[in-house]
Amino acid sequence: MSPQRQSHSCCDGYTRSQLLRSAAAEAGKGLPAIEPGMPEPAGTGLSRRKFLSRSAGLALAVYGASKIPLSAFETGIAQAASADKVLVSVFFDGGIDSLNVLAPVNDSRYQQLRPNLKLAPGAGTAFSEDPSLQWHPAAASLATLHGEGKVSAFPAIGYDHPDQSHFTSRHYYEIGELQVGYRTGWLGRYIDAVGDSENPLQGLSLDGSLSPMIATAEKPVAAIDSVDGYDLWSRVDNPIQGEMFNSFARLGALPADSPAMSQVRRAAAQTDKLRQDLDGVGEFSSPVTYPNTRFAHKLAGLAAYIAFGLPMRVVTIRAPGGYDTHADQAGDLEDNLRETCEGILAFQRDLEARGLADRVMVEMWSEFGRRPEENGSLGTDHGAAGCAFVIGSQAKGEMVGEFPGLAKLDEDNNLRATSDFRGMYCSLLEQWLGFDAEAIIPGAADFARPVLVKP
Amino acid sequence: MAIPQEKPVAARPKDRRRRRPRAWQDKHFRWIPDGQGDWKVEGYPVRHRHKPKKGHFRGPGPKPARQAATAAPTSAAAPAGSPPPAPPAPIPDVRPPTAYQGNFGTAEAVRLLERAGFGPSPGQAEQLATLGLIGAVQSLTRPTGPAQLNGPGPRDDEGRPLAPADAWGHDHLWWLDRMVRTNQPLVERMALILHDWFATSNGNVSKTQQMIDQSNLFRSRCFGSFLDLFKAVTVDPAMLQWLNGNENNKWAPNENYGREMMELFSLGADRGAYTEDDIREAARALTGWRNDWSSELGAHNFRFDSKRHDTGSKTVFGKSGTWGWEDACRLCVEHPLHPSFFVEKLWSYFVPEPPSDSTRDQLVATYVSSGWQIRPVLESILISPELFEGPPMVKPPVVHLASMLRALGRPIDTEAWIYICDQAGQQLFWPPNVSGWDDDRWLDTSTMRARWLMVTYALEEIAPDTWNEPYSTTETPEEAVAKAIASWGSPALRDEHRAELIDLATRSEKLIVANWQKGPYRAMRQNALLQLIGVSPDLILQ
Repeated sequence: MSPQRQSHSCCDGYTRSQLLRSAAAEAGKGLPAIEPGMPEPAGTGLSRRKFLSRSAGLALAVYGASKIPLSAFETGIAQAASADKVLVSVFFDGGIDSLNVLAPVNDSRYQQLRPNLKLAPGAGTAFSEDPSLQWHPAAASLATLHGEGKVSAFPAIGYDHPDQSHFTSRHYYEIGELQVGYRTGWLGRYIDAVGDSENPLQGLSLDGSLSPMIATAEKPVAAIDSVDGYDLWSRVDNPIQGEMFNSFARLGALPADSPAMSQVRRAAAQTDKLRQDLDGVGEFSSPVTYPNTRFAHKLAGLAAYIAFGLPMRVVTIRAPGGYDTHADQAGDLEDNLRETCEGILAFQRDLEARGLADRVMVEMWSEFGRRPEENGSLGTDHGAAGCAFVIGSQAKGEMVGEFPGLAKLDEDNNLRATSDFRGMYCSLLEQWLGFDAEAIIPGAADFARPVLVKP
Repeated sequence: MAIPQEKPVAARPKDRRRRRPRAWQDKHFRWIPDGQGDWKVEGYPVRHRHKPKKGHFRGPGPKPARQAATAAPTSAAAPAGSPPPAPPAPIPDVRPPTAYQGNFGTAEAVRLLERAGFGPSPGQAEQLATLGLIGAVQSLTRPTGPAQLNGPGPRDDEGRPLAPADAWGHDHLWWLDRMVRTNQPLVERMALILHDWFATSNGNVSKTQQMIDQSNLFRSRCFGSFLDLFKAVTVDPAMLQWLNGNENNKWAPNENYGREMMELFSLGADRGAYTEDDIREAARALTGWRNDWSSELGAHNFRFDSKRHDTGSKTVFGKSGTWGWEDACRLCVEHPLHPSFFVEKLWSYFVPEPPSDSTRDQLVATYVSSGWQIRPVLESILISPELFEGPPMVKPPVVHLASMLRALGRPIDTEAWIYICDQAGQQLFWPPNVSGWDDDRWLDTSTMRARWLMVTYALEEIAPDTWNEPYSTTETPEEAVAKAIASWGSPALRDEHRAELIDLATRSEKLIVANWQKGPYRAMRQNALLQLIGVSPDLILQ
């Protein structure tokens, strides 16, 4: 969203915000220390003291600090406490056609398998790490970041015995294991291991519902569909309102005697907690201009939340559009891919401007790639190996696993995998989040760890 | 497990530990309703965990008493808006031995109406309880004539009638209205279940009318033959567009429908029921459907074009023939793993925990012996002990909303339900994908907030206006709680919830320190109580 649009609530807020943000960028992390007479953080809708005290409280809860006086947070300890790494997972729902994102235009079989859906050589940026591949023009923003060494590409990621069901394969990726019926996601188990029992923001889905990837067994996690505020509207004003929410939370804390009851109780308790944590968090402004899309707006809000110091560890968001392109693939894929990549580029630039880029890593994935041979509907059917990307200033920026070529496909005529998604997860856990993958990914010892993070 | 059949078993060594325990196959006999008020003997397979003694009891036991003539509500001729007809003479509530045997009172009638409909309107549960379990279930599963919609019709924000095929989101309101006003709630609930089962979305269908037509297909076929339903869905224009059946031709098959018809509609993933080759061969059998397109009419004139059909031999599940689209459906339904898939999936919409092996086997036997009829299985599920004695389920958002509106007696009079249901995770005609809604994950901080908002809006008509209307200045906490519960149609609240409401009412009263606060604070207290009941497990669970 453009800064102009966001600044409507306080006319000079934007300027003040810019000052604050540029100061923050210079300082290299988070919000600058407060000084007498400094304006309140523009766009947060909060007094600075209120904001810091709350994020300090959350930081305490999350990072285990104790007995630090509030004043310490006002002078910057809160930022240090919340300076942990954030992993942002972006999901291409439906199985994105990796052979269009990174098109093997110079592979001899490509023209033959894709008579209608092929990209012309030279239509997009060449992929520097493999001369047979070329970026889709709509992925130009990703190509830009790749050129800056901020993208590690997996041109053929998957697993042995690929399953071509959306729901089974997506489930594997969500849980980090080739099993059905798990109730916790791989990042949910990470949160269960390191998270706090009071902080729903530690695992956050910026979507209408919670991603199964961050489904936990115990620890609270949250979903918010809008980054513009979270409240529970009713016809009850204070002081009765406070009592109403107290009772709402107490009902949520009662014991449950069935899974369904437990679901209602947990949702009520976490909803009330989130209401308190995000009370007043609404308007925000950005140091860079984002594309005017809902996806980009969410990323703009996410960058602002990170800058505010909200204690997030893992964040999930669905890429705009659907990627199950059985028919008329070209236009749909192009629009959605462009919107996604442009949003990600703006997000990266925002983080760089705020000095937060070293704290955030983005992972983009899909449940599978699509069949190399196009079908008769100007589309593609379900395939096997697909693409994934790890993006950020701290990303190693080197391709993981080679592109296997189209000459030899698997027994279902699909692309063979040259990297395993569980290896990617192990590397992200160990190299980025600093946590032993053995405790999260079943059979972790068997997977090679690609180097995904700069040493 | 997801490894398709042809994959080497060695890839999954864990299988060895999960091998099915040894069992002894046997056949038992039981009484089942014959549909004419009498009973007939039915054999069903039983798997004993231990070796059965020679000559052990295999049923069926003494024959139950004959039932009176089947209750048949004869309301078809009654004009819309007329009061419901007097209840028919009660059928003796004679239940088969496998049925729920406990008391069928108001609480049980409420549960039945919540799972097989959209909850009771005031007084409805008490009335249903007088029919007895069997009579109550049959009043739901054997409706006669077209459904009546009782009460004021739906209106948009401007008070105009809906335009479900044309105005955005009015399709959602149109169906929600049917859920609120119908006198055949199970038909609407089954249509909702089938909308989830064969999940099709407006997102890839050219005209909303085609979605509405599909939902009418579900209404008209929800109690009949599953095979007939399956065939009708396969060539339904909305489905043909949604899963590209209309673009599947002999020159370049599109396997989208071929896959989902097995995985989601009839056999299930991860059960070893089919291979990737079966999907591709079925896709060939399904070739030939097409339609025309014009900018005014969108996709129209759906038809089978033999020139586009692959007439060659196909091998599906090991059976070879020059199969066509009807064969593809039939082969799926005849597959030995279909009946168990069907009964377990249907069961899962009504009971949260999977059926025991013996219950599942009984349902399978009922299903197969009836020639794949839906109604007998449905009736068995609706009288099962697990439905009445088992744990609760989370109501889908539209069911939560429709049940609140029924309890409050409020018609559809706002378009807010479109975006609120969307935020709560369920906009009708827009399932998230072809697998439908995830019934295990209805509630998180985002969707719970939407449910809260749903309650706030639902209370619009009855919520006291704190600052503009006088309110009692003497109402006690007990009176306040009783009033709030009555406003919701007197749902049963758990004791601990009621206690918390009393506590809230008492705490709120202590905040009154000035004379002017006596009325307004009590009005707000009433609103707080109404709000918390609406988002309590008592109203969210079914």
